[in-house]
Amino acid sequence: MNPTRKRRLTIVLLVIAAATVAIGLTVFALQQNMNYLFTPSQVQSGEATTYKTFRLGGMVKAGSIQRGSDSLKVTFTVIDASGAMPVEYTGILPDLFRDNQSVIATGHMDNARFIATEVLAKHDETYMPKELKDAMAKAHEGKKVDGAAMQDKPQ
Amino acid sequence: MTPELGQLALILALLLALAQGVLPLIGAWRGNRALMAVARPAAAGQAVFVALAFGVLSWAFLHFDFSVRYVADNSNLALPWYYRLAAVWGAHEGSLLLWIFILNVWTVALAALSRNLPEVFISRVLGVLGLVAVGFLAFILFTSNPFERLLPMPPDGGDLNPVLQDPGMTFHPPVLYMGYVGFSVAFAFSIAALLGGELEQAWVRWARPWTNVAWGFLSAGIVAGSWWAYAELGWGGWWFWDPVENASFMPWLVGAALIHAQAVTEKRGSLRAWTILLSIFAFSLSLLGTFLVRSGVLTSVHAFASDPRRGLFILCFLAVVVGGSLLLYALRAPKVAGGKPFRVISRETAILIGNLMLTVAAAMVLLGTLFPLIGDALNLGKISVGPPYFGFLFTLLMMPVVLLLPFGPYLRWGSKGETTLLKQVLWRAGLAAVACAIAAAFVTGWQMKAIAGTAAAVWCGVGTLLYVIKRWREMPAGRRYPAEMAGMLLAHFGVGVFLAGVLLTEALSVERDVRMAPGQSQSIGGYDFRFDGVHVTEGPNWHGDQGVVTVSRNGREIAVMHPQKRTYTRGQVQTESAIDPGVTRDLYVALGEPMDRKDPEGAWALRLYHKPFVRWIWAGGLLMMLGGFFSAADRRFRTQRVAATEPVAAAVTQESRA
Repeated sequence: MNPTRKRRLTIVLLVIAAATVAIGLTVFALQQNMNYLFTPSQVQSGEATTYKTFRLGGMVKAGSIQRGSDSLKVTFTVIDASGAMPVEYTGILPDLFRDNQSVIATGHMDNARFIATEVLAKHDETYMPKELKDAMAKAHEGKKVDGAAMQDKPQ
Repeated sequence: MTPELGQLALILALLLALAQGVLPLIGAWRGNRALMAVARPAAAGQAVFVALAFGVLSWAFLHFDFSVRYVADNSNLALPWYYRLAAVWGAHEGSLLLWIFILNVWTVALAALSRNLPEVFISRVLGVLGLVAVGFLAFILFTSNPFERLLPMPPDGGDLNPVLQDPGMTFHPPVLYMGYVGFSVAFAFSIAALLGGELEQAWVRWARPWTNVAWGFLSAGIVAGSWWAYAELGWGGWWFWDPVENASFMPWLVGAALIHAQAVTEKRGSLRAWTILLSIFAFSLSLLGTFLVRSGVLTSVHAFASDPRRGLFILCFLAVVVGGSLLLYALRAPKVAGGKPFRVISRETAILIGNLMLTVAAAMVLLGTLFPLIGDALNLGKISVGPPYFGFLFTLLMMPVVLLLPFGPYLRWGSKGETTLLKQVLWRAGLAAVACAIAAAFVTGWQMKAIAGTAAAVWCGVGTLLYVIKRWREMPAGRRYPAEMAGMLLAHFGVGVFLAGVLLTEALSVERDVRMAPGQSQSIGGYDFRFDGVHVTEGPNWHGDQGVVTVSRNGREIAVMHPQKRTYTRGQVQTESAIDPGVTRDLYVALGEPMDRKDPEGAWALRLYHKPFVRWIWAGGLLMMLGGFFSAADRRFRTQRVAATEPVAAAVTQESRA
């Protein structure tokens, strides 16, 4: 092997090594930080059991918001057409959080209860996040519940 | 009647843009001077008509012309005049009009200041800009017409989104667009060079100030956006890795790489093909940013109401621009490439490593931003990528950049320069960084982020200052800091300030959400916050509750803060935080909600934050912006009539100076 080839080989090997490290790190970081979105009925049918942290999306059930008397603890129920999930959150809720508002909460399950670390509500009262609309449409499909109007994206 | 004038002006502008985009390119190809001469007048005419359309829309807003749907949707009788003016770019249609308006500002400036460039070349540049303008004008006219009528005319309009009713938001879009659109100049230069099959160093020298200014504006725009998120969204965060923030950050990263690559190409002739590729990427990412924001494919605070037609149009436009320019690049780049060889340890290598890291970082952000779309397309479920992904990889990728940064000015073009000098810097800056890191460790109680932040900031700051001192000692007065170098030093120093701000804020912030009854106190970060209750208050187009929080330290009163909870005319609720600013710390108070809705006089939920050094983040960003502007002001970029004929000689003299 002449010196030029040797140098080229070294460079190529270095590039491959660097690329492998980069891809490995990226995949690792992605895996650690991917959050899936589920609706209450999907969670109850056991689809979310493999994930420790995930996002729960749905509507806030009217009249379900209850505040603690001496702390910032709030409990409410998130529903979709066929499921309901009690959620517990400690902190300040977003400005638009209210009954019948579509929300996305990030957190984990604790027995039958969802412990949220973050709650988001959209900054537009008529607007439902597109991904949430799709997820709810998907959850209802196959179960043939009364949410037919929501199935604007059949799959 | 007037809105139709605006519409007509836009149609005329489109026709002129077509003339500007097609005729000069044909002229340059055929060597027809008459056709090439069309470029400047067509550009000027287009600018006049676009400005007219912009003026008409502003006029409609100022005079409450609710027969225009866009005006009716985004303003009302109670909205103050300055927010009515800001509402011109407060939603989709108007912000596109702003985009094209700014493109025209850049084009006209370019046409006016380019008298000493070869005519063939500048015709191609203006032609490419004309084609970009055609794309955007067609987009506005066919899918998002701001002058659409609303009949019958409503007595009062809707409202500008309350989160946009803030001084920061008034400046954020225009400044950001100045940056986005500014990259179109570098893009047009590159395409023109590819079309012509040659790239002279003198042309790159000519393009450099434009890129620097664009990048400076983009920095300012991002800083304004970050500040707005901090003050207005009421969470006290300054960066969320939100898709739309990422959309502005990717061109910024590539732009930073481009600025440095252009310096190499101009001074040494090397990395030509790379410089061209980066300009294509920078502009493509600006377009992608527009696509991500406007099409509403990603859920974000910025996503306006989505219309699939719009998304499709931008996607096609993007495909044509990116695909077309990359195809051209593949065909022509080998012809353009070339340059002087350089050693392994040289300024070129340092810049190249920095470039590599910045572009990989941009690619990483791109992957994370688009991953939810990819996952959706592959049916992997509804995924979102969390901020730690970006934070972790970005930190990792920027480490080499931060480590190399102080050495940059000491390294020579082509070779490493004096080894003793490099060692000196390593020792002095390194010692300073270690010493300060140890001090920080004791002061903050071994907080890793604070230690790393102090070390990195001191490393960059002291490294840059050492070079400032060296120049001061060795050069005669008046020749110490030419504008280009001053800009570089400012921006590099800004990196240090920024690093200190980010890491110290992350490490030392105390954020607490508490329940407080009137009269109660909370102690955070050595400050006592006393809640003195809430009273009703009113503004021009909102009413709300205003809290009173008195802050004292060691019994001495420091500030009385008034956080608000506003309800706007259409019932939108908006939190208005109160901030007591300082060089070393911000105090931040936001109202949550009353614990009992029927008793707003009683206890409230409050956010109380103590944010040390948070302002350094924006100060660092502004220093980088100044760096971009300063460099662009260098006289060398303007007095080059002689240099243009002798690019090689000019490059050699620069080498000894830099």
